[in-house]
Amino acid sequence: MSTSWTDWLSYRPSDFLMFAPRLYWRLFESLNLAFWPLQVGIVLAGVAWLGWAWRDGVRPGRTAARAGLAALALGWAFTAWAFLWQRLAPIHWLAGDIAPLFLLQAAALLALALHGAVQGHRDRLRCAAGLALLLWALLLHPLLAGLAGRPWVQAELTGLASDPTAIATLGLLLQLRGPRWPMRALWIVPLAWCLLSAATLWTMGSAQGWVLCAALLLAGWAGRRG
Amino acid sequence: MPTPASAFTRRRILGQTAAGLALPWLGAAAGAQADAPLTRHIPSSGEALPVVGLGSWITFNVGGDEAARAACVEVVRAFFAAGGRMIDSSPMYGSSQPTIGFALARLGRPAALFSAEKVWIGDAARGPAQMEASRAYWGVARFDLMQVHNLLSWQQHLPRLFEMKAAGQLRYVGITTSEGRRHADIEQVMRTQPIDFVQFSYNLLDREAEQRLLPLAQERGIGVIVNRPFREGALLKQLSRHRLPGWAAEIDCAYWAQVALKFVVSHPAVTCAIPATSQVAHLRQNMAAARGRMPDAALRSRMARDVAAL
Repeated sequence: MSTSWTDWLSYRPSDFLMFAPRLYWRLFESLNLAFWPLQVGIVLAGVAWLGWAWRDGVRPGRTAARAGLAALALGWAFTAWAFLWQRLAPIHWLAGDIAPLFLLQAAALLALALHGAVQGHRDRLRCAAGLALLLWALLLHPLLAGLAGRPWVQAELTGLASDPTAIATLGLLLQLRGPRWPMRALWIVPLAWCLLSAATLWTMGSAQGWVLCAALLLAGWAGRRG
Repeated sequence: MPTPASAFTRRRILGQTAAGLALPWLGAAAGAQADAPLTRHIPSSGEALPVVGLGSWITFNVGGDEAARAACVEVVRAFFAAGGRMIDSSPMYGSSQPTIGFALARLGRPAALFSAEKVWIGDAARGPAQMEASRAYWGVARFDLMQVHNLLSWQQHLPRLFEMKAAGQLRYVGITTSEGRRHADIEQVMRTQPIDFVQFSYNLLDREAEQRLLPLAQERGIGVIVNRPFREGALLKQLSRHRLPGWAAEIDCAYWAQVALKFVVSHPAVTCAIPATSQVAHLRQNMAAARGRMPDAALRSRMARDVAAL
């Protein structure tokens, strides 16, 4: 009479949603209020980086790539601490276990940035898909809160919130080539997070899950181009 | 004085006091003041409990959100003001336990509280530590009821819970499931273990428990706590598209939530239902379901039939 796999099959995704959607969205409000005006700095720095990275075409130069990796490493570490540990973990018992994976991702991104063996990818279509994901994460994803009728103060920004951080990382990884296995390993956490977050958002009844789904499909399609 | 025949044209409708006289399982409220909530006896002790309690799944998992936590305090305040007693939680419910503890502290630790908790851990050796952490969150000297959550490692947990009860560290022992899972296992536990309470899902649409579990609880003298009386709100959302049937007024229901709750708590085997809410207005609607006239067996059948047809 122990719990068997058939028992687990009887659960639905909604059985694991242990918080109210309004509470989830208010986490971003709390985050934004606590760190204002960091958001302005993030957006300005992101736009400046895009201008610098693509001044010579659709792929970043080596130095810009390393700077981008380092910036995203900081974003993953900050998201692990400020969002997952401090805000999500009290209402979601998985978040505390996921936070170390975010830190691992931050360390791996930083290691690659310091190692320096990265350069822009040759495939222009793949780079264009990466650029689209980066632009989305930096500039358009924060607009979703307002467009969905939630307060603008609940906007999700790259480097503070996990979803746009994961999307931006997929975008940058599409732009780069470097050591084969380290580069492949860097895809695991953002892909897994996008899947988990999409499932959570769908269970919450939010159409925003489709955004992550679209990002996953685009990244998957472009990533297979080499 | 004989009762006029015309009075029985609505004989399916039972007033609260009449229920106490005619139906012994509703009897604890008889003689109580008119505005007191309907109560049921806990079979193993005879202690009276209001038939509507307070769940905490999702609604009290508010983390560090101060506004939401303050709202929960008001819900708990309204719950006790309306005569409520049983609050149910679990270590599985995120920050619900600290939220309840915060509310109880803010309200001066109401003496009426009947604390119902759960142990939810696969490694039974860590059960005592988990229960102690739960107790610290609530800020209570001991729990009134400790239940094994979703049957997890129940073979290991139950003996310890019975020992704790014997030692006066608990007052009652129970076991839980939800959404119709593992009813055969629950039934076996009910037949073989001296538990005081069993908790499972039961509502206007999910009525499997009527076949075996509810009759068995009556037969074995086990109190029944009903979770998900609103299917986590989905039932009320579905029903809100329809007008209340005419019979709703006959059992003093102004809202679908009250219809759903009166259906549940009027089953003779049910001790208490534990709807969860984060809104004071909804809490008051729920608590009103513990008052007024209750449906008899015939109307209960009609209620289930009519709602299933909607």
